[in-house]
Amino acid sequence: MQRLSHSIPLLCAIALAVFGPMLSPYLSDLVVKVMILSIFALSLELLVGMTGLVSLGHAAFYGIGAYATVLGSGKDGGSIAWLLPLAMGSAALYALAVGALSLRTRGVYFIMVTLAFAQMAFFVFHDTALGGGSDGIYMYIRPTLGALDMENRYTQFYAVLAALVLTYGLLALIRRSRFGAALAGIRVNEQRMRAAGFAVYGYKLAAFVIAGALAGLAGFLLASRDGVVNPELLAWHNSGEVLLMIILGGLGHLRGAVIGAVAFTLLKELLSTHALVGPLADHWQLTLGLAIIAFVALLPKGIIGIAERLSPATPKSTKGAAA
Amino acid sequence: MTTLLAVENLTRRFGGLVAVNAVNLDLKRGEVHAVIGTNGAGKSTLINMLSGEIDASDGRISLDGEDITTRAQFRRALAGVGRSYQRTTIFPEFTVLENCRLAAQAANPRPWAIWQSSSRCAESNALAREALAAAGLDGVAERIAGTLSHGAKRQLEVAMCLATQPRVLLLDEPLAGMGAEETERMLGLLTRLKASHAILLVEHDMDAVFRIADRITVMVNGTVIATGDPDSIRTNPQVRTAYLGEDH
Repeated sequence: MQRLSHSIPLLCAIALAVFGPMLSPYLSDLVVKVMILSIFALSLELLVGMTGLVSLGHAAFYGIGAYATVLGSGKDGGSIAWLLPLAMGSAALYALAVGALSLRTRGVYFIMVTLAFAQMAFFVFHDTALGGGSDGIYMYIRPTLGALDMENRYTQFYAVLAALVLTYGLLALIRRSRFGAALAGIRVNEQRMRAAGFAVYGYKLAAFVIAGALAGLAGFLLASRDGVVNPELLAWHNSGEVLLMIILGGLGHLRGAVIGAVAFTLLKELLSTHALVGPLADHWQLTLGLAIIAFVALLPKGIIGIAERLSPATPKSTKGAAA
Repeated sequence: MTTLLAVENLTRRFGGLVAVNAVNLDLKRGEVHAVIGTNGAGKSTLINMLSGEIDASDGRISLDGEDITTRAQFRRALAGVGRSYQRTTIFPEFTVLENCRLAAQAANPRPWAIWQSSSRCAESNALAREALAAAGLDGVAERIAGTLSHGAKRQLEVAMCLATQPRVLLLDEPLAGMGAEETERMLGLLTRLKASHAILLVEHDMDAVFRIADRITVMVNGTVIATGDPDSIRTNPQVRTAYLGEDH
């Protein structure tokens, strides 16, 4: 069961690696964007789905990773070898500060405090010299590493794919490890975890920092792809969108985060394409909102819940400690 | 018998209310020490202070001679203080074995070793199996905990305590809501555990308390009014008027 559940994502990754170069520039670009969003969504899944911490400020770490990449590269460009650690490190450092304070609260207060910290970060970059005003900053030369140049379409594609596979693999390992089992325990019953002798706060902080670093990785990739960053990356609706992605895909599954990122991006693309929906395309926010309400109402367990519903005969593997 | 947990002058104030007032108590290995009292007598607050869930306003708690009054709950748990809750506190969506394995993992956490699988942790599995066998739950190890009967869930909670290898067990109404048969099973378990543990039992089922307790402490409005063996408590006039009522 376990083996099978990991073979599907692996096949998808192999298919992407094989067929990636054959995609048209437009499609390839879209796939890269979706893969970056998948990493971002996976990083939030570690908090929401695996630890039960609903954060509404996750875009801050994404944006900080992206800004660190652009600000660190300067006029002459920079090396991936230090821009990547810089992006992930900056995001992780901010996550450490935010987590250390916000994890003292819980429930709706935690949501509000993470949102407040993200807004703080947003206003550091919004309309300030540091953030390049509301237009953001351009990166003239994309990050390189030896022969690898993020300017190159194929390098970009494979770098992002590799990052996605590594992120997915890391989180899959965490899920089955003792660390992951403890996080699952915290999600289900924090009181019992403390009574058993777990340093619950430390575990949550570790998860928060790892999630922040991975969001920083997504931010680094986004900046390398776009060659530009703007304050909107840190905006609260970006935090809301990534939360929607993992809910749409199905909480509690790594695949759910990826499926959610794909579904959300496709929905957005389709609903804003004139050729498909006609004049409604101008009001894509409205139709997207309605579509998401319909999805959540009809599929309370997310898109991944469809598979479970279709095959009730297969014994469901137990979630949490063993999974 | 060695005293494992000693409590001196323990007090907890909530604003103007004194929930627990200068309580002295000790728990010895090989002994079930029951704390009885009406609702609001401060029994749960006492357990919460002993386990570290809430801070004491005053007084001292020592475990094996070591002061643990201000120690964090998880550190007390690691030092050997296990507890159960009045409201069943388990992981309902995990299997029975996973519940115990996770509890056992606390002593052997190694969270950085993410390449190792939690379900293959040999030490935790051994402790979990042992605890399940002791609690008589080895037959339902693979069941989802949430689907167990009420009584079995209470047993599981005790098993989860045992999996952490405690020296002191603080049990908050383990018999609440149990049928006669389940009560017998739990009392049998407690009797067996007594030899190697110091047990504090907060319980409303008086028949059970007088059968199993070696010592009984009676609390009224946060204050201890009597401590002694079951016979002396039964005949204590103060206890009779304050708590047991004339029919006893």
